[in-house]
Amino acid sequence: MTTQLLLVQALNGLQLGVLLFLVAAGLTLVFGVMDFINLAHGVQYMLGAYLGAAFAAATGSFWLGLALALPAALAAGLLLELLVFRHLYDRDHLSQVLATFGVILVLNEGVKVVWGAAPLQVPIPPLLEGGIEIMPGLQYPIYRVAVLGAGIATAGLLWWLVERTRAGMLVRAGATNPAMVSALGVDVRQLFTMVFAFGAMLAGFAGVLAGPIFSVEPGMGDNVLILAFVVIVIGGIGSIRGAFVAALLVGLIDTLGKSLMPDLMRLFLDASAARQAGAALASMLVYVAMAAILAFRPAGLFPVRAG
Amino acid sequence: MAREAWLPLAVLLALGAAPFVGLGGSYETTLMARGMILGMAAVSLAFLVGGAGLASLGHAASLGIGAYAVAILDAHGVTDAARVLPAAIGAAALFSLVTGAISIRTSGVHFIMITLAFGQMAFFTASSLAAYGGDDGYTMYSRTEVWGARLLEDRLAFHYICLGALALTWGGCAMLLASRFGRVLRAARENAQRVEAVGLSPYPFRLLAYVIAGAIAGAAGFLLANATEFVSPATLSWQRSGELLFMVILGGVGRLWGAILGALVFVVLETWLAQQMQHWKLVFGPLLILAVLFLRGGLSGLVARRHG
Repeated sequence: MTTQLLLVQALNGLQLGVLLFLVAAGLTLVFGVMDFINLAHGVQYMLGAYLGAAFAAATGSFWLGLALALPAALAAGLLLELLVFRHLYDRDHLSQVLATFGVILVLNEGVKVVWGAAPLQVPIPPLLEGGIEIMPGLQYPIYRVAVLGAGIATAGLLWWLVERTRAGMLVRAGATNPAMVSALGVDVRQLFTMVFAFGAMLAGFAGVLAGPIFSVEPGMGDNVLILAFVVIVIGGIGSIRGAFVAALLVGLIDTLGKSLMPDLMRLFLDASAARQAGAALASMLVYVAMAAILAFRPAGLFPVRAG
Repeated sequence: MAREAWLPLAVLLALGAAPFVGLGGSYETTLMARGMILGMAAVSLAFLVGGAGLASLGHAASLGIGAYAVAILDAHGVTDAARVLPAAIGAAALFSLVTGAISIRTSGVHFIMITLAFGQMAFFTASSLAAYGGDDGYTMYSRTEVWGARLLEDRLAFHYICLGALALTWGGCAMLLASRFGRVLRAARENAQRVEAVGLSPYPFRLLAYVIAGAIAGAAGFLLANATEFVSPATLSWQRSGELLFMVILGGVGRLWGAILGALVFVVLETWLAQQMQHWKLVFGPLLILAVLFLRGGLSGLVARRHG
């Protein structure tokens, strides 16, 4: 493992981290404000990727695809909220988990019907093709740098929205004490619909960005969803700052773990056993981290709700 | 409770009579075995959810660990039930003890998430077991033997073993919930602070319940591996945990026997829909959502209301 490889893997980890953050941000707000577990948030990421791919193929431009996919993802989120989620707010977590699990089944199957089961390939937009030299003799794809930049910029925008605007203030208040906010005359339902649609769009945005890097396929949202849940639990439910820190942490642990673990295991085991054990340990690493953090800080790193 | 008990008994009796009323073919018994085995796992989960208030989203891990114990021992030539079954139950119970000791410290959403995380760990471990098939799963050489006899190969014998195991699970869990141990569990679910005020710590009670449920799921995994003669990481997937939870909810959380009903209906519906169309999940998903939205109290709730 050379320094160069380590640097590339660290960048890849950060880039996975910002994608996770985009998914986790909506999830943590929805969770925080309405105490609503939305397992279907992962399929909204998948839907974004498919919509981006479809619109890009239809228009011949990645950028037009992106511009069309965002409002479409927003609309899909609103539709789901209207049809299913709205009826679940007053229910217990178990019912929410199961009903949104049903939504996952439908949408995973639905994209198979519309786009087929085979993975779709999304070409990298010409503007962002090629690589840049980040170290002498080390090329890194421009597109991945752009994803990193877009993710960080969105995080900044989100921070501004949540910390500096009136709507953001209501969202923060809602995450801390929804009953009090409602008592003060704020329409919490409307606030939630807004947060929800925005979260769906962010997840869709992450999906569009991920399209050219990962393959676009049915079920691609499931793993991201579980990682996003790990992120919001580690970060503290309802906390945007926590989600950002935890997303980068999870992205780095996962990516570096997968590249370092097999080498680390080789110190103790022979080559093939090391590869196996290393891969297994690497996949587990984020869950180990989550279990460890929850065991010591049951409310996560940045707890929001008081009491 | 006593007035409703006719239905689960009728279901168990019907399952017992099924092979003699034209449902004794290979296809039907395979389907029923699957329903009964998943029913066992679902009852143990209903014991956790309804009894102890612990909604685990990682229960399939215990099921899968039981199944993998059978497969791993099979690969090493150990096929004697006297050794395989205790190993399957013991492995699942040990996993539940270790993960439960950590998970039960949390509550609510965090509990759901941390059990999901532990389930994922078990899933990835199973996927990495290249010696036992890795991602592709492992096909067993033969079913487990009972004192040298190939009892589990016999279709009828296997049917009644599954039925006996299911009945035992239901009876055992019902007795546990009715016992002093179960009363503490239920009381802690309603109000943990009051239980503490009486001088009891809910933690060891919950942990024991978690281990018992895990052990039962391990036994179900033993039967599942023998029913299909095949084990794969999919048995431990979080989707399977979700399905188990759905069986519990479909049956109705408050009643243990509801889980038997839920599992049977789930398995039959899933198989039937899959035969009707390729994209059966497009129908199954909305049914699941509708069941959660409108079938409060589950199937057993419907029955109980009519006869309550």
